[in-house]
Amino acid sequence: MTAFGKLIRTTAFRLTLVYLFLFALFAASLLGYFALNTRRLITEQITTTVNAEVSEITDIYNRRGLHGLLNTMGNRALRPGANLYLLTAPNGQALAGNVDSLAPGVMSTEGWSETAYRRFDDQGNMDHRALVRVTEMSNGFRLLVGRDLEERRRLFGIVAKAAQWSILVVVVLGIGGGIFVARRVLRRIDAMTGTTQRIMAGDLSGRLPVGRSGDELDRLAENLNAMLERIEALMTGLKEVSDNIAHDLKTPLTRLRNRAEEALAKSGCEADYRAALERTIEESDGLIRTFNALLMIARAESGQARGNMDDFDAADVANGIHELYEPLAEDDGMMLRVKTAPTPIHGNRELISQALANLVENAIKYGKPESSVQPLNADARDILIEACRERDQVLLSVTDHGPGIPEGDRKHAVERFVRLEASRTLPGSGLGLSLASAVATLHGGELRLGDSHPGLVATLALPARAGGSDRLAAQTPDVPQKAA
Amino acid sequence: MTAIAPQMRILIIEDDRESADYLVKAFREVGYIADLASDGEDGLSMAESGEYDVLVVDRMLPKRDGLSLIGALRDAGNRTPVLILSALGQVDDRIKGLRAGGDDYLPKPYAFAELLARVEVLSRRNVGPAEETTYRVGDLELDRLSHRVARGKDELTLQPREFRLLEYLMKHAGQVVTRTMLLENVWDYHFDPQTNVIDVHISRLRSKIDKGFERPLLHTIRGAGYMIRDGIR
Repeated sequence: MTAFGKLIRTTAFRLTLVYLFLFALFAASLLGYFALNTRRLITEQITTTVNAEVSEITDIYNRRGLHGLLNTMGNRALRPGANLYLLTAPNGQALAGNVDSLAPGVMSTEGWSETAYRRFDDQGNMDHRALVRVTEMSNGFRLLVGRDLEERRRLFGIVAKAAQWSILVVVVLGIGGGIFVARRVLRRIDAMTGTTQRIMAGDLSGRLPVGRSGDELDRLAENLNAMLERIEALMTGLKEVSDNIAHDLKTPLTRLRNRAEEALAKSGCEADYRAALERTIEESDGLIRTFNALLMIARAESGQARGNMDDFDAADVANGIHELYEPLAEDDGMMLRVKTAPTPIHGNRELISQALANLVENAIKYGKPESSVQPLNADARDILIEACRERDQVLLSVTDHGPGIPEGDRKHAVERFVRLEASRTLPGSGLGLSLASAVATLHGGELRLGDSHPGLVATLALPARAGGSDRLAAQTPDVPQKAA
Repeated sequence: MTAIAPQMRILIIEDDRESADYLVKAFREVGYIADLASDGEDGLSMAESGEYDVLVVDRMLPKRDGLSLIGALRDAGNRTPVLILSALGQVDDRIKGLRAGGDDYLPKPYAFAELLARVEVLSRRNVGPAEETTYRVGDLELDRLSHRVARGKDELTLQPREFRLLEYLMKHAGQVVTRTMLLENVWDYHFDPQTNVIDVHISRLRSKIDKGFERPLLHTIRGAGYMIRDGIR
């Protein structure tokens, strides 16, 4: 597309054209109204003058007879800038006046008419026009009094010229202004397009130029910049995740491969091969687990699991998980307790169980009290699973009294594959918290990590199911408001 | 750990040649008769013959998919136990599979030991006797109605969950029961705990039923799971 083509296709330019047309229409109608009114005014003036003169001349004729009439007409006709006069005898012969010739038939019709005429002192053609009044007097004499219409014509010429010029000015100014505005907008849009193209080419750090005027384009640019900010953050997160995936999947794959290679290279006995193969299977089982967890997270995040939801009591989930993990915790020297209240919920039971199981596993794994920091007491080895209801939320929490997670790291800890430095050496896929978080998000809730002084409180905050009585209770405060 | 029952006949309906051959070979090695069908139509006509104790059906098959094959079989009144194999391991897919008439569901990739244990448990259902009210293994006795457990003359006190664990193990006495099978059937969870949570429950149970007795009944089968049996038999 040519630069000009681009210019005239802009919205600004098109808008200008529309305004241009409207303004031209306005100017034309204004001038037309002015012209018509002026014409009416001039015609009225002529009529008044002619009428006065007709009555004057008739009066003279009545008082002084034909002779006086001829005399007066002779005088009047000779005055500079005189009106038109003509007196004809009953036989049609011209007796007095300054009119040489008229359009045929004018004298025979009484009253007002518009006609072409020529004066005696004119040499030209019959190109003058006049408004005339013909009056029949006694004895068959006819009197014509009229006035030239040149004035009116000249005025019309002026108005027409004014119209031409003003329309020309409007058009020129309009198109010029349109081009100016369009180019200004186009320049800014082009700048934005350039930036977005750079961004599309891969430079995610690019930002749109934002002017100082705060107009709609600036606001758009600001919003786009905010969007780019978010995309960049997501991309960075994605990159981090894929780096972590690469690390956490490639490391065991490499180990697997190395082990197989080593077993092949060493011409060992059957027992060696056996051991190597067993370790290979173990390693691949770990990989499968990681993979399954990833798929599960992806599934929870994409919302596919929504189809499999039903109503149940989250307290049952808490009790079930407690029952399952209690011996394991005890074997690890921890004490797993449970405290529940009725907590109706609508969700995917399996996923919520797994999320809670992950939190409990984490607490057992990482929640051991740091013996160096504080004297051991019985409580410090407690892990508490709690199901309770807080307003319209069901809270499923697991509290331990281990080292906890520093506040700055908490957000990070939920991300996929992240294993905080302190736990790098312990086994685990690093997906437990992210799965719990994905499950919470799927249900419209969230995973909260808090401090239990010392230790970690991991809470699945999920929306409670609005049961019959609960809904009533929730609605009661609304009633007076609605009435008010 | 071969079955005591007459040779079990297994039909494997799987289109991936390599894994199908592997399965056939592995089942034959443990002494079963294993046949192979490589698409849904062949599988259906072979299964309709009714000569098989267990069907192992891949979920995605050419010509006729696994679920519709099972549906057709069930509509025709064929009750042969079916184990569904699928790369779709998610909970809803499992439920879909069981709803279509499958008896068990195993996501790929799986360990053969797991598949074998499940197939053995399934086949028993086919030939097994009606549900007994009392299970006996050696001198261990479990009364399902009174929830009473005794070994020899000693009455044992079990927690409710330990009772259900022992009940499941004894119901399948002489068969390998994997950790996942226990998690699914005793606890009704279908996820994969990262820790050895089942082992701890087993060791607690073991300390109650085997501790202080000369002959252990609850055995750990390496690489597979657990089995309850009277060692001498």
